[in-house]
Amino acid sequence: MTKEDVAKTAERAVAVAKANAKIQAEPVQLAPQKGYGEVSWKTPIEINAFEVPIKDKTDLLLSVNAAAKAGGASFINSIFFAVNEQKYFASTDGSYIDQDIHRIFPSFVVTKIDAASGKFQSRKSLSSPMGMGYEYLNARPQDKVSGIVTRYKNRYDMLEDVKAATAEANQKIKAKTVEPGKYDLILDPSHLWLTIHESVGHPTELDRVLGYEANYAGTSFLTLDKWESKKFQFGSKLVNVVADKTQPGSLGAVGYDDEGVKCKKWDLISDGVLVNYQAIRDQAHIIGLKESQGCCYAQSWNDVQFQRMANVSLQPGKTKLSVDDMIKNTEKGIYIIGDGSFSIDQQRYNFQFGGQTFYEIKNGKIAGMLNDVAYQANTREFWNSCAAIADESDYRLGGAFNDGKGQPSQSNAVSHGSATTRFNGVNVINTARKI
Amino acid sequence: MAILSKEEAQTILKKVLGFSKADECEVGLSGSEGGNIRYARNGVSTAGDISTLGLAVTSTYGKKSATSTIDQFDDKSLQTVVKRSEELAQLAPENPEYMPLQGPQEFPEGIGYINSTAAITPDTRAEAVLKSIQVCKDANLQAAGFLENTTGFNAVMNSKGLFAYNKDTDVIFSVTTRNAEGTASGYAARGFNDISKLDTLTATKIAASKANGSKGAKAIEPGKYTVILEPVAATYMLENMFRFDARQADEGRSFLSKPGGGTRLGEKLMDEKVTIYSDPFNPELPSATWDREGDKLEKTTWIDKGVVKNLSYSRYWAQKKGVKPLPGPSNIIMEGGTASVEDLIKSTERGILVSRLWYIRMVDPQTLLLTGLTRDGTFYIENGKIMYPVKNFRFNESPVIMLNNVEALGKPERSISVESYRSYLIPPMKIRDFTFSSLSDAV
Repeated sequence: MTKEDVAKTAERAVAVAKANAKIQAEPVQLAPQKGYGEVSWKTPIEINAFEVPIKDKTDLLLSVNAAAKAGGASFINSIFFAVNEQKYFASTDGSYIDQDIHRIFPSFVVTKIDAASGKFQSRKSLSSPMGMGYEYLNARPQDKVSGIVTRYKNRYDMLEDVKAATAEANQKIKAKTVEPGKYDLILDPSHLWLTIHESVGHPTELDRVLGYEANYAGTSFLTLDKWESKKFQFGSKLVNVVADKTQPGSLGAVGYDDEGVKCKKWDLISDGVLVNYQAIRDQAHIIGLKESQGCCYAQSWNDVQFQRMANVSLQPGKTKLSVDDMIKNTEKGIYIIGDGSFSIDQQRYNFQFGGQTFYEIKNGKIAGMLNDVAYQANTREFWNSCAAIADESDYRLGGAFNDGKGQPSQSNAVSHGSATTRFNGVNVINTARKI
Repeated sequence: MAILSKEEAQTILKKVLGFSKADECEVGLSGSEGGNIRYARNGVSTAGDISTLGLAVTSTYGKKSATSTIDQFDDKSLQTVVKRSEELAQLAPENPEYMPLQGPQEFPEGIGYINSTAAITPDTRAEAVLKSIQVCKDANLQAAGFLENTTGFNAVMNSKGLFAYNKDTDVIFSVTTRNAEGTASGYAARGFNDISKLDTLTATKIAASKANGSKGAKAIEPGKYTVILEPVAATYMLENMFRFDARQADEGRSFLSKPGGGTRLGEKLMDEKVTIYSDPFNPELPSATWDREGDKLEKTTWIDKGVVKNLSYSRYWAQKKGVKPLPGPSNIIMEGGTASVEDLIKSTERGILVSRLWYIRMVDPQTLLLTGLTRDGTFYIENGKIMYPVKNFRFNESPVIMLNNVEALGKPERSISVESYRSYLIPPMKIRDFTFSSLSDAV
């Protein structure tokens, strides 16, 4: 990179700005931001994944593959993915921000094929992408959540999970097809994160509410009048949702956003009522804020920064409640683990979700595995049917690296926490077809 | 300038290969120049100009390969990237499926590059968008849209003497028009190699007309309906089906796998009105003439009158199966008839006109069951006429089942996928028994 290259790039930016000035509709109003001087932030990691020898990583993946094949898998695809983003930000506000961000995501997909019937089934890993170092792969007994299948909290045992996944892929081939109808759904955090992402995270993004994403990601049913009323019942009184760019271990945790604003935590839904949005510097004045909420992000140095989703999480129940007790209190239900197919309309009303594994609950007991399950609901009806949330001991993070938005499209990495939660009387459809 | 000529690319690639000490080496060089403008609420929101140039070196020792990339082109950087790929290759495990590189091949020059598109400036984009915004202001609507142009080139050279070069241009435009109350919405999308074919004013007028027509949508019961899918809706739905990979089918993990083993090659899987092929020299939808395996891309029929005519074979899978390699589709063209959307409406006793589909995701890869929603103009048809707008639906449908239920196909037109932005030539289509499973309140 030469000085001439930098000057040419600036000239091109000026030419674009001049060409567009004639169609500017309204002036930009940036919320004031104080300069922080020279500051730095680093993801609090124990082991830098980039300092772990490649051989250790390939040995892990090859042992995962071998375990799946030994268990009868037809195919196994395992991936180790790690990111170290070193980001430097400088602004005329007087901020010079140096950040060293680490993220990690080990994952796999096991596929079982039954050649005779022509059926195939897959089971994905129950790992989560995390804002952590390689220590995520050093699972300790206290990180394991026991139950019908082991799930993971803060740390992950890839080898143990692939063995379980292989057994479950075999089981899925033979599982009975679901009878469509209304069921109480018990959703594990490994599944619920995606429902939170789509039906709470996205509609509370202020740029969608205002129409800036109308041509691509869509708008939002959570219009300003609903927020202004201070009584829009988004969900049942159990539902408390926070946005948090500081949560340790989460994908979205950084010290400062890409407008040089210190990151923070704030409420979106309190006791079921919509109380706030996610907004950045040029939007803050619209909802009466004196400062940005610090959720501006660009996926790379050559992309424009704009409002992106913070970590958006459902708070655990305030009274002691285990998953076992939740199942015991369910007469006709389905227990869903892992995320699967997902789709939601452009204003975030109507959604449909699948999962990885589905267990039928009859009269308080797990009655076996089901197949071909997807649930459809209206966002507001669904969150108002929230009847029970397990306590803090069950709280776990899920998330994704590929939250897409913007034109040209950019990816954002974001986590969503929750404890296992029950929703009553949700519409379940059967997805089996024959071609 | 990130767009290198054939000769400039050749010079760099030769130099890089000169640094190689590996058994085999392949070097890819690609660059793009382009710009974009995004608008919402009848004003510009973001815009940019982007220029990229990158090099990828793949070194191989025996069956051990690794790739390293760089975007600096001084001799020292080029030597470094080659050395890094060689060091990584020595560390890599053997790839049992490694295929030796191909020697020199003859590739015809592609026809996807248009000078006027390569010459687009920020002013060209701003003027095109200004026309679109003015239509919406005049119609008392709010426009949100996006226009992006790209000029790109790809070149590859390997240590066995293969060299290939391709250059193309592309421009895409999409606009969503909504009223201030949020009770009406319309959409239009266009994609071309040639900017002179792009008319943002007419496209926005169509979107505005859809928006105005969509006001006051009535709720009707979900269920099975005859639908007319406009090309932009059909394209997004069918895009999920255009994978004709033999290996996945042979291995039993594709909708083209046969129960009991083998593939559905030669089987009639769809209505006989369905013929789908690819052709790099289609003047409406040109594509590259070679792929990264060093294979020539030629006109190939995938579905012929409803029968699975060809499956694609990588060089490795072809060798294993004892057949000739066949590259996957370079573009997708679906044959149709001469009817317009209006003609299809006139011949419909009772049905739904679908302007656009949204958020399509795979539910079951075995049957290609997809779910998604209608949006931006969904209308009830009775006795050959549009009667009134209807509320949007969620659907659960497989494109394979859908193409078995074809009543009629209209005239194919170039259309873009609203998710991938890839262009296709797809006809509007009338489909019976399309499954809508619930209603959506979204506008």
